[in-house]
Amino acid sequence: MNPFAYERAGDAAQAVAAMVADPGAMFLGGGTNLVDHMRLGVATPERLIDVTRLPFDRVEETPDGGVRIGANVRNSDLAAHPLIRAHYPALSQALLSGASGQLRNMATTAGNLLQRTRCVYFQNVDTPCNKRRPGSGCSAVGGYTRYHAILGASEHCIAVHPSDMAVAMVALDATVVVLGPSDERHIPLVDFHRLPGDEPDRDTVLRHGELITAVALPALPLAAHSLYRKVRDRRSFAFALVSVAAALQVRDGAVADVRIAFGGVAHKPWRARRAEETLRGQPATPEQFARAADAELSSAQPQPGNAFKVKMLRNTLVATLQELAGVAA
Amino acid sequence: MDALHIAVNGVAHDLEEVDARTTLLDLLRERLHLTGSKKGCDHGQCGACTVLVNGRRINACLSLALTHEGDAVTTIEGLAVDEALHPVQAAFVEHDGFQCGYCTPGQICSAIGMLDEARHGQPSYIGSDAGHVELDAAEIRERMSGNLCRCGAYVNIVAAIRAVARQEAES
Repeated sequence: MNPFAYERAGDAAQAVAAMVADPGAMFLGGGTNLVDHMRLGVATPERLIDVTRLPFDRVEETPDGGVRIGANVRNSDLAAHPLIRAHYPALSQALLSGASGQLRNMATTAGNLLQRTRCVYFQNVDTPCNKRRPGSGCSAVGGYTRYHAILGASEHCIAVHPSDMAVAMVALDATVVVLGPSDERHIPLVDFHRLPGDEPDRDTVLRHGELITAVALPALPLAAHSLYRKVRDRRSFAFALVSVAAALQVRDGAVADVRIAFGGVAHKPWRARRAEETLRGQPATPEQFARAADAELSSAQPQPGNAFKVKMLRNTLVATLQELAGVAA
Repeated sequence: MDALHIAVNGVAHDLEEVDARTTLLDLLRERLHLTGSKKGCDHGQCGACTVLVNGRRINACLSLALTHEGDAVTTIEGLAVDEALHPVQAAFVEHDGFQCGYCTPGQICSAIGMLDEARHGQPSYIGSDAGHVELDAAEIRERMSGNLCRCGAYVNIVAAIRAVARQEAES
């Protein structure tokens, strides 16, 4: 591990100022991804600003009936929180499907959003990778692509975002609250992560010095009827091949409202708006659910090693919506 | 080089000159010579380094020592009271919950943390959301998935943890 300076931030403004003053600095949350990357040589910060003792450790109901989740709330605590379990069950399930008990006790809400891809070529400093070293090429294209993207990728990068939590949050219309050197801004989570394009080294729209302080969930009655379904190579402690977060409201046999997001298939949590539009006002039937999946997946461009994901995701979406609708196949 | 105040197994340590790169696991093993906590993968994937920090289980290999200023750490060396084994330790002996033993300290610390989580109603991905946690074999396997055993002693590990959970439920 490269030598680095360590400091504990006293307050949020001080953390941001320390970050702005040092282009080589990084914020440290639970460390479950960053410390590993420092050991691997994937990340080489010159300064770590530990923000885990900042007072962003609460889950609070907001006056408008939504929930504000502090950036430092640990994944295990968020998953267990009564407000989340009652009003946003897909989020609790997504968190519990991720990592292990130990890691969930460490990982923070903000850190979960900022974790980086588990693409094996990104994590191996001996192979070319445009995300790790811009312009060096993509080793995944033409390589081992079982865990790679089928939606929204580019010739420069086909990596996927690994978070489960963020997939549920994107489906549930979350907003990221960010403190910068001059102001606070609110970024819809769906716009927070980027598609790779020709700048795959940039995972998010966050600027150097900006600190995530919270994630806000809106009041969303249909979210009380939501699910997260994850398909993976082993039953526990594995990243998703594909996953679906969905919330569904059916009235008189028709889809009154719906939210859908996919995980494990794109450089960002993939909000499936085309599928949602295909469903609104239509009969809540397996046939219509399949049509919605096909509409969303018509733009899929799988790799030779992950073509199976298209059908797997289609089936997972249909099964998730059927379960939510309480209808048999 | 920074100072660090940390309590390990009830003993307060005032340490000078801790290199920022030191993980909690390396601090325990190399500096405090508590070699019960094991280094397996050093990537948070195997769980051999699991310790309890302020009562919660974490991977000591992914945690920088300096982030634990003021924390109370419990390792496998701190579980027994005099000659009396911790109930989870005793259950591992009783049910032969190991073969080579390398993963065992992590398994036992993780099990203690997991049992406490279940006691507090922590849900799991496979459980129903009824509030009360019933620790059957499937639940134990799901909740212990962060601890690998290369010898494959899982059947007896599950039996040991189940026995402790049952004892608690009956008492």
